[in-house]
Amino acid sequence: VEQVKLLDRFSTSNKSLTGTLYLTATHLLFIDSHQKETWILHHHIASVEKLALTTSGCPLVIQCKNFRIVHFIVPRERDCHDIYNSLLQLSKQAKYEDLYAFSYNPKQNDSERLQGWQLIDLAEEYKRMGVPNPHWQLSDANREYKICETYPRELYVPRIASKPIIVGSSKFRSKGRFPVLSYYHQEKEAAICRCSQPLSGFSARCLEDEHLLQAISKANPVNRYMYVVDTRPKLNAMANRAAGKGYENEDNYSNIRFQFVGIENIHVMRSSLQKLLEVNGTKGLSVNDFYSGLENSGWLRHIKAVMDAAIFLAKAIMVENASVLVHCSDGWDRTSQVCSLGSLLLDSYYRTIKGFMVLIEKDWISFGHKFSERCGHLDGDPKEVSPVFTQFLECVWHLTEQFPQAFEFNEAFLLQIHEHIHSCQFGNFLGNCQKEREELKLKEKTYSLWPFLLDDLKKYLNPLYSSKSQRFTVLEPNTVSFNFKFWRNMYHQFDRTLHPRQSVFNIIMNMNEQNKQLEKDIQDLESKIKQCKNKQSDGVLTKELLHSVHPESSALKTSLCLKEQTLLPVNDALRTIEGSNPADNRYCDYTEEFSKAEPGVVSLEYGVARMTC
Amino acid sequence: MEFSELIRTGRAQAELLPGPEEAPLRGTLCVTGHHLLLSPGPPSTPDLWLLLLRSVDSIEKRVAGDSGTITLRCKDLRVLQLDIEGVEATLDIARSIEALSSLESVITSFPFFYRPKGLRLGDAWHFHPPERYYKRVARETNAWRLSEVNQDFSLCPSYPRAVIVPRAVDDDALAQCARFRQGGRFPVLCYHHAPSGTVLLRSSQPLIGPQKRRCAEDEDLLRAVLTGARPGAQGFIVDTRSAQAAKQARMTGGGTEAKAAYPGWKRLHRPLERGRALQESFVRLVEACGDTEQSMDRWLSRLEGCRWLAHVKEALSTACLAAQGMEREGACILVHGAEGTDSTLLVTSLAQLILDPLSRTITGFQELVEREWIQAGHPFQLRCAHSAFSHARPKHEAPTFLLFLDCVWQLGRQFPLSLEFGEGLLLALFEHAYASPFGTFLCNSEKERCLCEVRTRTHSLWSGLNQPKEQRKLRNPLYVPNPLAIWPSVEPQSLRLWQGLFLRWTRPPEPSEVAWEKVWQIVTEREKTGDSAHSFCLSPQPKQ
Repeated sequence: VEQVKLLDRFSTSNKSLTGTLYLTATHLLFIDSHQKETWILHHHIASVEKLALTTSGCPLVIQCKNFRIVHFIVPRERDCHDIYNSLLQLSKQAKYEDLYAFSYNPKQNDSERLQGWQLIDLAEEYKRMGVPNPHWQLSDANREYKICETYPRELYVPRIASKPIIVGSSKFRSKGRFPVLSYYHQEKEAAICRCSQPLSGFSARCLEDEHLLQAISKANPVNRYMYVVDTRPKLNAMANRAAGKGYENEDNYSNIRFQFVGIENIHVMRSSLQKLLEVNGTKGLSVNDFYSGLENSGWLRHIKAVMDAAIFLAKAIMVENASVLVHCSDGWDRTSQVCSLGSLLLDSYYRTIKGFMVLIEKDWISFGHKFSERCGHLDGDPKEVSPVFTQFLECVWHLTEQFPQAFEFNEAFLLQIHEHIHSCQFGNFLGNCQKEREELKLKEKTYSLWPFLLDDLKKYLNPLYSSKSQRFTVLEPNTVSFNFKFWRNMYHQFDRTLHPRQSVFNIIMNMNEQNKQLEKDIQDLESKIKQCKNKQSDGVLTKELLHSVHPESSALKTSLCLKEQTLLPVNDALRTIEGSNPADNRYCDYTEEFSKAEPGVVSLEYGVARMTC
Repeated sequence: MEFSELIRTGRAQAELLPGPEEAPLRGTLCVTGHHLLLSPGPPSTPDLWLLLLRSVDSIEKRVAGDSGTITLRCKDLRVLQLDIEGVEATLDIARSIEALSSLESVITSFPFFYRPKGLRLGDAWHFHPPERYYKRVARETNAWRLSEVNQDFSLCPSYPRAVIVPRAVDDDALAQCARFRQGGRFPVLCYHHAPSGTVLLRSSQPLIGPQKRRCAEDEDLLRAVLTGARPGAQGFIVDTRSAQAAKQARMTGGGTEAKAAYPGWKRLHRPLERGRALQESFVRLVEACGDTEQSMDRWLSRLEGCRWLAHVKEALSTACLAAQGMEREGACILVHGAEGTDSTLLVTSLAQLILDPLSRTITGFQELVEREWIQAGHPFQLRCAHSAFSHARPKHEAPTFLLFLDCVWQLGRQFPLSLEFGEGLLLALFEHAYASPFGTFLCNSEKERCLCEVRTRTHSLWSGLNQPKEQRKLRNPLYVPNPLAIWPSVEPQSLRLWQGLFLRWTRPPEPSEVAWEKVWQIVTEREKTGDSAHSFCLSPQPKQ
């Protein structure tokens, strides 16, 4: 479709770019008059809306799951209607097999694909944590997904917990998700375990479950009591009792300390994000509306709640040496958030690029966070969609802001992962649990995201990362309210006008690299000078010396070239500034006022005149 | 008057209660004429200088048993707590501090006694911004001249001796204009934008009054500005009050330019908050920042309620409007509010920072502050008499200068490579504007500074700051000169609370400072390796 206009989301003067809109099998493509291309993956489209016809054409608003919002104006209504209908069909698939991942072909052969899938090996990861050991062992109870369909095949449990105990406990837990090991802290010999809520109702008990919990606390030789953390608000947990579910009764379990941490459920989170996005989408937003909107959405309050819960975990292990069992209702949303963040605080390995991938594979993918339902990959129940994983990424971002040197990766890495949980381009996040993924044969039919991220490693490195610094072994973030900020680069990733005009990151990255290169040059040169001196003392002069000087001067050239290169990124930065002319910003819209100003004042004068009359 | 009369007790045993992550400190507390000292233990160890008494904003005393506690809230937003032995001693020390910190007289203030090593009196006072700036303007255009009509401060007490005015207007006409403008602040040039040939002017409101007075010389002056720029140039008058307020000012003798009297000039009203409302906003923000226990919702609603960031947004967008008028529309801009000493300066100085690459260097920025704030007659002594903690009823206090620094900080955040100075310089300016051992921010105008002989009897902050040892704190290691205008985003999502200032003392030193140190390390390493690679390249040469 030609002659389509793309409107700037924040401009009040309706300035626009004109170009051509293309629909491909997988993408929506807009090419403007400057040949700039905007690609939008169909799977990213969250909603398409056709607005009332205007004089210039038919407006079409597309909201994406990565928070991009585009506003097209299509000159003819029929075209608009066609686009609208095709997008509706293309963005909502009914079957997994129709998703992009099954057709995406990055030109790799089967062995490369397999290697990609083997990049993250969870058995290896448990070994790194230090299990199996005298207290913990691998259980084969769920080998055939017989006990719990949403758990992985391989589960680690206390050595003294026998199979009947496990089976009994699983019957007493919602969806059969009995307590298993999520993270083992080798130094403190304490564990983070996870499960779902007990089916306790008002008075039910289960001896096997009580035994299993006791086994977990006994597996910790240092501390006899353990914490049981229910991540729900107390009220919600009480309400669940009426449905025969609920929470542990402290009297029935020996040596447990029970604690609520009050994170809201997926529905609250969904509407909170919805409110946040509504506020941000407002044109001509005032500072006060922004902050009252931020407050009313409650989004940052929820983020803080998740963070506080994770800190509780880390403290229990570091300060009290106590093991912790975490659950919510089903143990796949809030539990995943809290367990993964808790381990991130405790273990610096998870703050590396590889480690972060492992963490997501372990606590999110393998333990059955329902990615497909939460991200709405297929046309399904909209009530199951919720930004639980987005919240986790935002918590990690807040940590990177508070501890800029503690993470090997940068913000771009988080944004890229967020992009791909919705993109359906790779197999990692498809399906809702391991069993389903095996049935879909994802490892044979699709590719893994992680090797592709590693290919672009440079883009995701944090130049300030210091791996050696012992200070950062355990993070102790400060959750004072001031420390929580709106994550502009996530929710306005595609609104270029809102971003800082220059990036410090690239510059520092480049400098670091040049430093390394220059240091290498210096070493080269030094060794050559030594050679020269040796030769001089040998009395062999002239010709050979000349020879040795020549390669030197080539090295000199490289180092000088490097100096010149320093300027290059700067030029890049300048270009972005050049791009930022005042017309990009909102005050530009006052230009109209330059012409309109006088009449406005005049009418006011009339008003005053009338009042004095 | 002797300071000793005010000091009731010079000495007492006291303990300084720790701030976040600092150990408490015991020692002998000592009140001197200008300082509060705490000397910890054996006489051989050097005294710990606590603080300048002048920077105490409010003092609170509490007595319990045979000891007392005083809480000092400082103008730089720091809060200190001292436990003092003895009830009498506590009360005496509190009273002495109270008396000494609120001395009104300028010439007994500390800058007149401060004689640091390594600095000579009068060193940086050769800094004559209007004259220096005129040299630059004269290279670019000859439509303007430097007038010394205000040599004896008779025309306008709040202007410096020399001002830049249109060449076509003579000194007699200027005298007439001065009579037509409040406080004698007739329109003067503050920035010539060479690429577009347009100028930025500032003044105070015209004294139109209820009778709708006019002044031919004033009208001529503004006409001369337009013809001096280029034929057919347009002008905009940016009034920093609402149309309503400007109208009402007529009742008290002020007003705003009538359209008919100034052909070629159009008026724009951009109401900016000033005076008490701004001070209240500052006080409420600082209050909110002092509470570390509050919930997320409470914090956000207080941040909204104090309206500080809304003021930042308004100031920045008005400055952008002025800058845009010059650069894009090719129009001349005159900025004024009522007195032309507060929000006017905010707008003109920010507009220059946006347009002028030179003002983004360290020296350029210091000159900008000197020229557009100090010499332009921002009444620092009145505005900065108290900071956010004072219980006294505010009279003339307003954090206009702080608002300016905050806006600059926002610019620096959006253009991290384009300012040669870092947050350190802005923090230093904030501190020194409220309480300083240097004379730079003393008094309300150039005239008063001359009367007090500030230039010859005190040290200049600029020479203090420009010592090599201070540089690392003030510089931005990533600076790369940027010849273009920097247009900031003024969306609420792009503005942030300046935590480095407002939360400076309420949170433990951030790891982000460590990270900043790392950036410095990377940059200096780069210079070093670059240099040595260079010297290597050169050294083998002679051997050939």
